[in-house]
Amino acid sequence: MKIIIIGDGKLGYNLAENLSKENNDVTIIDKNPEALKKAGEYLDVMCIKGNGLSTQILLEAGIKEADLLIAATASDETNMVCCLTAKKLGAAHTIARIRDPEYADELDKLKADLDLDMVINPEQAVASEIARLIEFPPALNIETFSKGRVVMMEMKVTPDMSIVNMSLNNISKWTNAGILIGGVLRDGTVVIPNGDFVIKQNDTLYIVGQPSKVVQFCKRIGIHVQRIKNVMVMGGGRIAYYLAKYLDEMDIKVKIIEINRERCIELTELLPKALIVCGDGTDESLLHSENLTSMGAFISVTDKDEENIIAALMAKQNGVQKVIAKINRVNYTFAINNMGINSVVIPKLITANHILRYVRGLQNAMGDPIDALYRIMDGRVEAIEFTANEHTKFLDTPLKDLKIVKGILVASIVRKNEIIIPHGSDVIKADDKVILIAKDKKLADLNDIVEPGV
Amino acid sequence: MNYRMIAKSIGTVLCIEAACMLPSLLVAFIYQEATTVPFVVSILLTAVVGLALLSIKSPISRLYSRDGFAIVALGWIHISAFGALPFILSGAIPSVVDALFESVSGFSTTGASILKNVEALPKSILFWRSFTHWMGGMGVLILMIAILPSVNASTINIMKAESPGPSPGKIVPKISETAKILYTIYIVLTVIQVVLLLAGGMTLFDALIHAFGTTSTGGFSSKNASVAAYGSVYIETVITIFMFLCGVNFTLYYLLSKRNLKTVLRDEELRFYFGIVFTAIVLIVLNTSGTVYCTIGESIRYAAFQVSSIITTTGYATADFNIWPVFSQLILVLLMFIGASAGSTGGGLKCIRILLLAKIIKREIAKINHPSAVQTVKINGRIVDEETLSGIMAFFFFWILIFAVSVLVVSLDGKDLITSTTAVAATLNNIGPGLGLVGPMGNFADLSVLSKLVLSVCMIVGRLEIYPIMLLFLPSFWKRGNI
Repeated sequence: MKIIIIGDGKLGYNLAENLSKENNDVTIIDKNPEALKKAGEYLDVMCIKGNGLSTQILLEAGIKEADLLIAATASDETNMVCCLTAKKLGAAHTIARIRDPEYADELDKLKADLDLDMVINPEQAVASEIARLIEFPPALNIETFSKGRVVMMEMKVTPDMSIVNMSLNNISKWTNAGILIGGVLRDGTVVIPNGDFVIKQNDTLYIVGQPSKVVQFCKRIGIHVQRIKNVMVMGGGRIAYYLAKYLDEMDIKVKIIEINRERCIELTELLPKALIVCGDGTDESLLHSENLTSMGAFISVTDKDEENIIAALMAKQNGVQKVIAKINRVNYTFAINNMGINSVVIPKLITANHILRYVRGLQNAMGDPIDALYRIMDGRVEAIEFTANEHTKFLDTPLKDLKIVKGILVASIVRKNEIIIPHGSDVIKADDKVILIAKDKKLADLNDIVEPGV
Repeated sequence: MNYRMIAKSIGTVLCIEAACMLPSLLVAFIYQEATTVPFVVSILLTAVVGLALLSIKSPISRLYSRDGFAIVALGWIHISAFGALPFILSGAIPSVVDALFESVSGFSTTGASILKNVEALPKSILFWRSFTHWMGGMGVLILMIAILPSVNASTINIMKAESPGPSPGKIVPKISETAKILYTIYIVLTVIQVVLLLAGGMTLFDALIHAFGTTSTGGFSSKNASVAAYGSVYIETVITIFMFLCGVNFTLYYLLSKRNLKTVLRDEELRFYFGIVFTAIVLIVLNTSGTVYCTIGESIRYAAFQVSSIITTTGYATADFNIWPVFSQLILVLLMFIGASAGSTGGGLKCIRILLLAKIIKREIAKINHPSAVQTVKINGRIVDEETLSGIMAFFFFWILIFAVSVLVVSLDGKDLITSTTAVAATLNNIGPGLGLVGPMGNFADLSVLSKLVLSVCMIVGRLEIYPIMLLFLPSFWKRGNI
């Protein structure tokens, strides 16, 4: 696919990196030659210096044959106009990043008027991700399939868990929970486990199943699942705003700590139900006076990565069960992996994943539609959901008779209201939702999971 | 430095070179020449060394800028060395230094020769000589990028180091696609020329030799008298036009194929290139008609051919410009340094650099007039950043410095001033013939071993635009943990 990205910022670069690796022809446009230098040096993409609003630059980038234009500059308005111009010039699809909450309410109207195919709001996406983590406390990370009927949970094995040194076969007999361990990350290597695989402590597990079954499993292996009732959020930016709204819908009390008094006043107007505290979130005495220790979760979402990490560590030391930190720089994740912060959210990765999912969907408009796509373990493994249809070649064939490509696991089959953790005798029927876990592969079609010629 | 990856890349290049010797073997076979065995031996030797290097396993495939430069520099030295094998083994050029000179001259598309009687050589050797031109014209490593499936983004560093011009870039987003497009244009130009030359009555063999020599702007011929041997106005016209065409930035041909004629015609470098060629022809015609040549027509015929040949750094000749007036000779010497366009197969300093240098001078003068004025140097309406400009100035100085030092070494031979200076100018700028003893009707055979080696270095330095080769002489470049 021919893809043009306007704006070589954090998001633009990340998208370019991932899209070019997936064998797309990527062109990046940016006004700043310094920003382009890195992309030109490290990525197999074409860089054009110029303003993405200019028709001439867009034409030079080949907008007429472009399949997709992604506008990811710092300005919402620029992004909208870029997409509008691009559409008029012949781009097949456009995606705009629009992040201002003022636009958020009229997003559908804007989308229709500007003929946008997708609008991405990074802060909102991050907020919804955090909200899901709050909803499901044991998870380091959680992704949903089939409208929430199936979840994939990331979980770290601690020494006190009863499943340590048990093989998967024994675990499934013992817990009888109807879940599947779809992937294990051990010492930086990725394993798609089979029944004989033995769980060790410090493994990171990816568990697939119905939400209730997954909770049951967690209880069985000795994790306390307690519903979070109140949350402290440090930083009162846009993420906090969206997050407070989501949490409010979930009946969770929110306390926001923001250093800027004017912003606090604004927030009181925007979020009438939330408690807004004006102060420095890294100030321990303030956190104590605001009852940090009795909070169900602590979330740091200020602009500064360092402050977010420090505050999250402080909260962890004060016994907060669930601690989530937002981090902008990917490089930090390796350093803080073992520091005790439960989950780290990286806005650009979340946004990039949303867009990649859309692009992958476009690529196989002819094949099976992709319903969900998540990249886990630093992108080395993908969890992907397809809907089987009449083009699927192996309908009604028992899975044990299929020669499934190495590194691919059929994790779940969703048939109407029934959720099947598949065994050898199960079959895929038309209209089933099939959830797959694939290592080192970029699946674009359900038919790709069986060895060709079988 | 990623030594393993560098070795692996050199191995790949050698394997490609071994494959490129196969057509010459075929020629030897067709003409039933005694060179069949030397070619087989050369191919096996090159392939064995290539495969041995290729089998090295490299855990990290990431290449940084310096790795790219090292691959290009060492790759070129290796292909030149192995390219000399057929000459030595067949006995066509028994001296190792001479064979190396001829091989370097071939790959760097210089066309300078140490052979006195070309026509006496086996046809397969002549074919190999010209085929090295064709491989070197667009670049062997670019060929590697074009044909290898496993190309990652970091190979852009190889392309940057091999392609001529101040800021070589991609035509399309993918580097492998870019390389393929460049080679497609190159092959199309070659094929068209072969067909046109065949129509002019050349034999297929001669047509191939001259098409290789022209499209790569090399200049090896299968005749002692070069293109003059045919005495045909048609052939001269075809070669003149193709020499000119191959001195144009190949990106413009891609734009043309996309029907983007407007951008092509507005291209400042193309206009500058055309302007210089036109002016030079007019001046030489005025200077030579009535004195050297009787009619204006004859003057135009010879002036156009020689100007195209020199500015594109091809080096074919139809006239002995040693007998031209000094004014015309000096114009040719100046053209040697200007060279062809960036992104073409030609050598020299490149039109774009000269154009930008002229613009820098203009700005300096304007600064005196308006000391506080903010002025930027633009090309095709786009601002050229200051880093590129200072890079070009440094490059220009470096070029002149290398020229001066090389002339000094060559002058040890005790040849006359014109021969010494133009021998270096003709090799550094990848032209071939100079003036005096190394003029179009002479050759480099009488120079000393030292001079031949220095000129060989000049040819590679000129083709790769200095830096890759110069980096090899930098001790800290080789250190493992260099800082």
